[in-house]
Amino acid sequence: MAGTAVRGRLKPLTWQVATVAEAVDETARVRTIVLDVPDWPGHRAGQHLDVRLTAEDGYRAEREYSIASAPGEPVAITVERLEDGEVSPYLTDELRAGDGIELRGPIGGYFVWDGDDGDPLLLIAGGSGIVPLRAMVRHRQRAGSDVPVRLFYSSRTLDDVIYRGELDEVGDGIEVVYTLTRERPAGWTGYNRRVDGDLLREVAWPADEGARAFVCGPTSFVEAVAEGLVDLGYPPARVKTERFGATGS
Amino acid sequence: MEALDGNAIGGLLLEVFGAELTTARGTCAACGATAQVAELAVYLEAPGTVVRCRTCDSTLMVVVDVRGRRCVDLRGLAALE
Repeated sequence: MAGTAVRGRLKPLTWQVATVAEAVDETARVRTIVLDVPDWPGHRAGQHLDVRLTAEDGYRAEREYSIASAPGEPVAITVERLEDGEVSPYLTDELRAGDGIELRGPIGGYFVWDGDDGDPLLLIAGGSGIVPLRAMVRHRQRAGSDVPVRLFYSSRTLDDVIYRGELDEVGDGIEVVYTLTRERPAGWTGYNRRVDGDLLREVAWPADEGARAFVCGPTSFVEAVAEGLVDLGYPPARVKTERFGATGS
Repeated sequence: MEALDGNAIGGLLLEVFGAELTTARGTCAACGATAQVAELAVYLEAPGTVVRCRTCDSTLMVVVDVRGRRCVDLRGLAALE
């Protein structure tokens, strides 16, 4: 039947101008930008969008950002300011509510979690790699899913932890475990070292529990974690990875 | 330069091919390894965008913009499905 049951995109992905509804500082270097996108087809937890900035002389720069919000929520991205960045300092420091910004999306079908199976979810984030995983956590909550979730989050310092208030209150069935790799507050009882095989053995579910793993962060972090999980017996096909450019973890 | 992965070129591939390709499976013409595009090694500042096989490091795809024209070299791919 023509025109029915077509899953996917019916028209080419085009650039459009979204309006900044709200900008929220998450940490000293990280800001969440909530967007009003006039023509948004909906997204899946873990997808991205592309942002394009055009300078007065016509020079353009594009960057891909993970969508921070759950399906059904207003589109939001969370951006970490890179000191030598072409795009991120504008997004974190200059952009104001009411401003327009060019974007296209949603993009990607690999690093996504739809929550339609009952497998436990192991989420492992390094630095701003938390962003797409946060969308998955929020999707689980909004969907009323009871899938067990363990979120292991590696950050440099406690002040660098993004969404800290939200992650402190995620509620039943979601366990959040931190490691702080550079500096710990007095009395810190969480982990205090970079992720390695031994640490993964402590925080990851045993492979025979059939968990699905999503790992997002800087390249070296993602590769160490993915190798570590496979060494623990996780089938490679159940370890989805997404690498960011170099940022802190 | 650090390799990212095929997730980073979802938008570029949509632009070039008009389809979501990060879940497509590519076959390396040199070694025969197959992987989903999202799993491939991607270098964004090569110059241009270079996609490599994670098994044998052969170049699978190169996308370069030259004087307003986009050039796509897929000789390293035996298949993309």
